[in-house]
Amino acid sequence: MFTQSLSRIGLYALTTAVPVALVAAAPAAAKTLKWASQGDLNSADQYMRNQTLSLSIMSNVYEGLIRRNPATLAIEPNLAEKWEIVEPTRWRFHLRKGVKFHDGKPFTADDVVFSADRARSKGSDIKGRLPGVKEVKKVDDYTVDFVTEKPNPILHVEWATWGMYSKGWSIDNKSTEVVDPTKGEAPNFATTNANGTGPFKLKSREADVKTVFEANPDWWGKKNFPNSNVTEVIFTPIKSAPTRVAALLSGEIDFMEPVPVQDIDRINNNKGTRVISSPETRVVYFGFDHHRDELLYSSVKGKNPFKDKRVRQAFLHAIDIEAIKTKVMRNMAAPSAMMIGKGIHGWSADFKRLPYDPNKAKQLLAEAGYPNGFEVQLDCPNDRYVNDEPICQATVGMLQRIGVKVNLVTKSNTVLFGEYQKMETSFFMLGWAPGSYDSWNPMQFLHRTVPTGPDGKSIPSCCNYGRYSNKAFDALVDKIGQETDQKKRDELIKQAWTISIDDVAYIPLHQQAIAWAARDSVAKLEPHAGNEFLWWYVQMK
Amino acid sequence: MIAYIIERVIQSLLVLVVVALVSFAVFQFVGDPVQQMIGQDTTPEDVARMRRNLGLDEPFLVQFARFMGNVLQGDFGVSLRTVRPVNELIAERLPATLELSGMAALFALVFAIPLGVFTGLKPQHWLSRAFLALSLVGISLPTFLIGILLILVFGVILGWLPTFGRGDVTRIGFWTTGLMSVSGWKSIILPAVTLGLFQLTLIMRLVRSEMLEVLRTDYIKFARARGLTNRAVHFGHALKNTLIPVITITGLQLGGIIAFAIITETVFQWPGMGLLFLQAVQFADIPVMSTYLLLIALFFVGINLIVDLLYYLVDPRLRADRNALERGV
Amino acid sequence: MLARMLDSDIWHSFRSSRTTVVAAAVTIVMVLAAVLAPWITPQNPWDPGALQLIDAFNPPVWSKDGSWQFVLGTDDQGRDMFSAILYGLRVSLTVGFLAVLFAMALGIAVGLIAGYVGGVTETIIMRLADVQLTFPTILIALMIDGVTRAMLPADLHNRIAVFVLVFAIGISNWVQYARTVRASTLVEKRKEYVQAARVIGLHPALIMLKHVLPNVMGPVLVIATVGLAVAILTEATLSFLGVGVPPTAPSLGTLIRIGNNFLFSGEWWIVIFPGITLAVLVLAVNLLGDWLRDALNPKLR
Repeated sequence: MFTQSLSRIGLYALTTAVPVALVAAAPAAAKTLKWASQGDLNSADQYMRNQTLSLSIMSNVYEGLIRRNPATLAIEPNLAEKWEIVEPTRWRFHLRKGVKFHDGKPFTADDVVFSADRARSKGSDIKGRLPGVKEVKKVDDYTVDFVTEKPNPILHVEWATWGMYSKGWSIDNKSTEVVDPTKGEAPNFATTNANGTGPFKLKSREADVKTVFEANPDWWGKKNFPNSNVTEVIFTPIKSAPTRVAALLSGEIDFMEPVPVQDIDRINNNKGTRVISSPETRVVYFGFDHHRDELLYSSVKGKNPFKDKRVRQAFLHAIDIEAIKTKVMRNMAAPSAMMIGKGIHGWSADFKRLPYDPNKAKQLLAEAGYPNGFEVQLDCPNDRYVNDEPICQATVGMLQRIGVKVNLVTKSNTVLFGEYQKMETSFFMLGWAPGSYDSWNPMQFLHRTVPTGPDGKSIPSCCNYGRYSNKAFDALVDKIGQETDQKKRDELIKQAWTISIDDVAYIPLHQQAIAWAARDSVAKLEPHAGNEFLWWYVQMK
Repeated sequence: MIAYIIERVIQSLLVLVVVALVSFAVFQFVGDPVQQMIGQDTTPEDVARMRRNLGLDEPFLVQFARFMGNVLQGDFGVSLRTVRPVNELIAERLPATLELSGMAALFALVFAIPLGVFTGLKPQHWLSRAFLALSLVGISLPTFLIGILLILVFGVILGWLPTFGRGDVTRIGFWTTGLMSVSGWKSIILPAVTLGLFQLTLIMRLVRSEMLEVLRTDYIKFARARGLTNRAVHFGHALKNTLIPVITITGLQLGGIIAFAIITETVFQWPGMGLLFLQAVQFADIPVMSTYLLLIALFFVGINLIVDLLYYLVDPRLRADRNALERGV
Repeated sequence: MLARMLDSDIWHSFRSSRTTVVAAAVTIVMVLAAVLAPWITPQNPWDPGALQLIDAFNPPVWSKDGSWQFVLGTDDQGRDMFSAILYGLRVSLTVGFLAVLFAMALGIAVGLIAGYVGGVTETIIMRLADVQLTFPTILIALMIDGVTRAMLPADLHNRIAVFVLVFAIGISNWVQYARTVRASTLVEKRKEYVQAARVIGLHPALIMLKHVLPNVMGPVLVIATVGLAVAILTEATLSFLGVGVPPTAPSLGTLIRIGNNFLFSGEWWIVIFPGITLAVLVLAVNLLGDWLRDALNPKLR
């Protein structure tokens, strides 16, 4: 079926499209943007994996009702021109008129209703985009209402990465469902093809090798970006960092990310290449198993040392975050006291980390009943965050010096995060960047008590993998989720973070910096604190 | 003779079935596919349903029979990581690996044979000693280190050659080739040299020792006695006689080249089957791993069979020799 | 047996080859350095508590910012490279020797059984050997490592990583020993003493082993020496690919993998010194193997 439709397109191109394309392409010279990242696009279906790289690549193809300004992160109108809250539980969105999907179909309210259903369907990984939405109602062709169960002041904040699908196209191509082949389901048309309204069209895809996109000449937003001149984008995954650097230095690619921190100077000193860096909102942290009565991977039997706050404090005191910053991260990180980074609503400089103090740490351990320390396993990804494995190795040494023997286990994030989901870890590294740029998200997903089923067992849910639980905190999270008065809400947020930090619910490490690198062929681009590379902001020489 | 061929073919098929059985068992039971698929919202009912869907609740032999049936129809399942049918992935990657392996073998032969002949004819010449010493160094340097050094020198310091990928590829039917474009040719140089270096040293040393052996035989002494020129003796008689073992060994080494392609492809991000396999290992992508194992087995058993048959067809005396060698007589 | 090996011919051939003497000396020095590592290194590079992150990325002593504390510089964790290389040598040589011993024991046993029992057993074993011989070592080792990785819990796998490597590399190298031993067994089988042994009630296989071993000692030694080089390279390659020993107890291959990340950023010493050490070690062992082959087989030069 795939080849058939290809040949049909090919035939069509031969008869009609070619002369037109030639005429249209003649004045503007072709500008190809070649770039590489360490991972590959998971699927052409934006709803299949809630993962930054895939979401951001596909947001060049699929557009949301809103978008984020990359410089300010402010919410801007996109496919919705404006919106209002008609009643506390009813949001009304007015859609942009004259927008067309890549296949030529017009974009209307039906597509929004369809996309909402699709995003909440069984296989979708982005169900969280529409929390507590009871109903999505078409008012007329260009007006849609979202009805929520409770008032939700931040309903739309994550919608920049919820792209609109065409109802007609999805039905025609039997792709109304989101299928996840990693769960044994057969792929459908939408896993390898795309049809959005955005500035770029998916042209061809070879998993792991390259994915090619071409500019959409009929994009509605073109007039707002007169300097945008990329006509073709070739995306290549290059997992090995030295190879990626070499490819940039030798001019085989125009752009790449992430830059290994040790190569920043070299890229900057090399003629024709530069590093663009800015703080990322992601916080990298260590988590504890707060729940089990005996840890899965530890020498302590019959009790869980992490249930004792003094042990958690001792661990925090033991970590020399400045040494990690200067040596491992080469200053491309900002140590963090909170589980959110600067740039997230609710961040405050008032919170301070417990200082690096190994003696105090030893004393706390002794008070908790572990004068000679204990043994525990640390799980750590080796291909997810900037220098994740070296950070964990350094931590092993630091904890060793307060008497805690850490057995380090490093794995690829795809394997490891599966184990996290099953909560099979005692002490682990993870990172978090809320797509909503608001505190409620990490409070809800990393701190709120994990629900238990009728059998008394925890129901696995994203992403409080250590099952931290605090009744006072839970109550605050619920209030924050519904409070529409900004000032009151901010006060509640501050209270909640105070609990998290006093409790040492987690050990936040730092906000890593985004490090992009480009050749001079890329004259202009727009850095993005959410680490999204938006091609229509790119201007090439 | 026909009996011999049939015997060998049957033996080879048996070997293939055994490999299939092993790879099936290993991947079905060691890495429980359902365990890998369980997500954050999977209920026990879902797990049971998945097991049923995958047929995991059936007896082992039934499962194996179905697996073989699918394989014979060219259905290897869907890659868990890249979300595409495995046969499509393999078909896409196969040309890259074969092209790289072919170029590496060609590179090895083109340099190894003249070097081997030279060092065989003039064993005491200082150049011969130098080549021999260098060849030992070549054997002693791990492939990945050679690749890293070549990238550093030719890719980064001198900036002459690309350091990753295949360059521009052209599609001809189901095949993709990088040999139709300048960038493709430039891209294949470093990986092919890295991959071929080990074989080069091996073949060179083989040609050398064969030359030394042959030059001592009465056959050559007689040729000289007939008054033939050195040139005619060396290339017309001696070299010709060394070629059969050389070609055989090179054929057998093809397997080695394809296996070492895993490392070379990793270092150079060459989009071939080796890179696919290594990524599959890291991601526990079971369908890809078992398919790779089967294909490689097919390939190796095939080569072994062909070499055996060639021995028999080309020179029955050699077959006797080979058996004698094995029996130590 | 050893006395027979070291008869005057071979000793003379050894002494007359300067390269071989140097290779032997280098090998001995490296083995000694590895064995004595805990006593001659300034630091225990495998004790995370002994590493200070603040010492990371020190250049070698002769560089501008170098210090005598870290003669060959330090890696990204503040690990002294000199100490790390010596400990890495320990891993390489341990894995190498154990894997060769394992392959040898397995190969000799299997070869003896195949040659002695004959018939279907022999055909099956030798066919298996034929097939395995066409599968390169690295591929088999990679698969075995992958399977054990999937079977064992990660922490346990880390603890016994060295033995997994020994097993994986050993398993993939038994064939050549088996072939040689089998060939020799076939010759011995026909001799009269085998029948005689049966008469006096001894198990013939045991008797044969006693007679077969001296005959195959030469070839087995050559195979073992070359096999040692191959085993060391295989271990390094697996560790380079990230499936060998854990990074907290790095081998030479692991050090090269870590160093590879810093190749472009100017910290060349993290990759170059382990690389040179590995290459020199393998070269020395290969040279010994080369010499041994020529010395024991006068037909070749």
